[in-house]
Amino acid sequence: MRKQKQLATPIYGKQSFLEKLISYKKKPGSLIMAILVMLATAFTLFIILYILGYILAKGIPYITPSLFSWEYNSENVSLMPALITTIEMTVLSLVIAVPLGIFTAIYLVEYAKSGNRLVKLIRLTTETLSGIPSIIYGLFGMLFFVTYLKWKYSLLAGGLTLSIMILPLIMRTTEEALLAVPASYREASFGLGAGRLRTVFRVVLPSAIPGILAGVILAIGRIVGETAALIYTAGTVAQVPPTLLSSGRTLAVHMYLLSSEGLNTNQAYATAVVLLILVVLINGLSSLVSRKLSKGKQV
Amino acid sequence: MNSNKISIQNVDLFYGTFQALKSINMDIPENQVTAFIGPSGCGKSTLLKCLNRMNDLVEGCKITGEILLDDKSINQMDVNLLRKQVGMVFQKPNPFPMSVYDNIAFGPRTHGIRSRVMLDEIVEKSLRDAAIWDEVKDRLNKSALGLSGGQQQRLCIARALAVHPEVLLMDEPTSALDPISTSKIEELCTQLKKEYTIVIVTHNMQQAARISDRTAFFLLGEAVEYTDTEKMFSMPTDKRTEDYITGRFG
Repeated sequence: MRKQKQLATPIYGKQSFLEKLISYKKKPGSLIMAILVMLATAFTLFIILYILGYILAKGIPYITPSLFSWEYNSENVSLMPALITTIEMTVLSLVIAVPLGIFTAIYLVEYAKSGNRLVKLIRLTTETLSGIPSIIYGLFGMLFFVTYLKWKYSLLAGGLTLSIMILPLIMRTTEEALLAVPASYREASFGLGAGRLRTVFRVVLPSAIPGILAGVILAIGRIVGETAALIYTAGTVAQVPPTLLSSGRTLAVHMYLLSSEGLNTNQAYATAVVLLILVVLINGLSSLVSRKLSKGKQV
Repeated sequence: MNSNKISIQNVDLFYGTFQALKSINMDIPENQVTAFIGPSGCGKSTLLKCLNRMNDLVEGCKITGEILLDDKSINQMDVNLLRKQVGMVFQKPNPFPMSVYDNIAFGPRTHGIRSRVMLDEIVEKSLRDAAIWDEVKDRLNKSALGLSGGQQQRLCIARALAVHPEVLLMDEPTSALDPISTSKIEELCTQLKKEYTIVIVTHNMQQAARISDRTAFFLLGEAVEYTDTEKMFSMPTDKRTEDYITGRFG
């Protein structure tokens, strides 16, 4: 990887910004385009940095030890229960959705015959599901898990709702990752007398892992950032859920409640900072895992 | 004359409604190099892939007729055992994205060899047999993708040898390689035929003339002529063969 980056440095990379602009002097179209592209980049960068800076500036001063006490009460507005609930919720949803999604994708890519009607149906369904607003998943979760199965507002109902929500995402990314594995790997494996199972698990899946993990990271992002689907399924009790069938709020829900109550807006910002750090940590961890797993692949 | 390793009897092959092979009859002798030549799309690679049933993986492919390996029908054999006996090297080098060692050990592991000592032995022997040991012995644990194209192809040959096949099928193994790598692999073929039966598909007629003992010429799904290489290139019996090898078409 590192080597590639060096190679990718363009030969004219040493030109300064000004020199580059001057070199466009006789081509007004190119000049305008270059300026527009740079402006767009600068604007995007500015927005991201502004949001980050704003949250950090507003939140960091209110990160106090009491914010991390084990029990929540209206005095300390602790985010600890929400933090733990977030992690539990993420693990629960992933444990259900990741194997299901990956296995479905394996079936679609490696086992099903192309043109199979079931395959077309599954593709159509997942495409539709991935475009549905999360509040609809929340409504379904409330009607089915909470009311019909009588699980009440609970970690389990919330986790299942979220896993249904991220299932299409995981399936699609895994499918794409599997399709990107060159057919020659499969040929080589079959040619050595390996069966389909061994080919899939020893050759195809390992090569697809970075792509699959990218999907999982996206899914984690959606879980951690979800509120609408959770309020009506997991409830909003500020506690570490003692059992799978008790209610709990994730950090995002916690933030939503703090700011909608309007009493602890500052703590909401502090929570946002913690959420940001959590997401960065998760992403870092995932790419570390991906690098470990794809060892031997890089030159 | 050597005995026959593979016997192809009356093989027709259809991709959907397109007939890619037309009643092929051919005996492939043991411990010799047999070359398949012919213009693109003539069915030579298709026939090669029939020999280890790689065409099973192609949807809509139908084969009739009989192919015998040591007088046993390959259709009645377990396909994975067949492919263990009949190894294959592909047109483009296709090492797995793993270390050199794991590439070679993949086949033996597939067939149940777990002992580290045995694997070490197999890896070294296969790499030596494929004339690449000296180039990779210090980097067995590095990725195979870091090797050059020619080295990768020899690695793939070593990988095929590691499961102790009896027959080695090579599908234009040098078409993606430079002349030096090509000559290394050609040399390797003549070495390997002492222990293995080799069937090689090639676009390159000089290559067929250089390394093969028997040559089959294919045209539009038919085996036009199949005879000793020397005879094929000095006095072909069929007009079409003559036209092809003298470069009048193809």
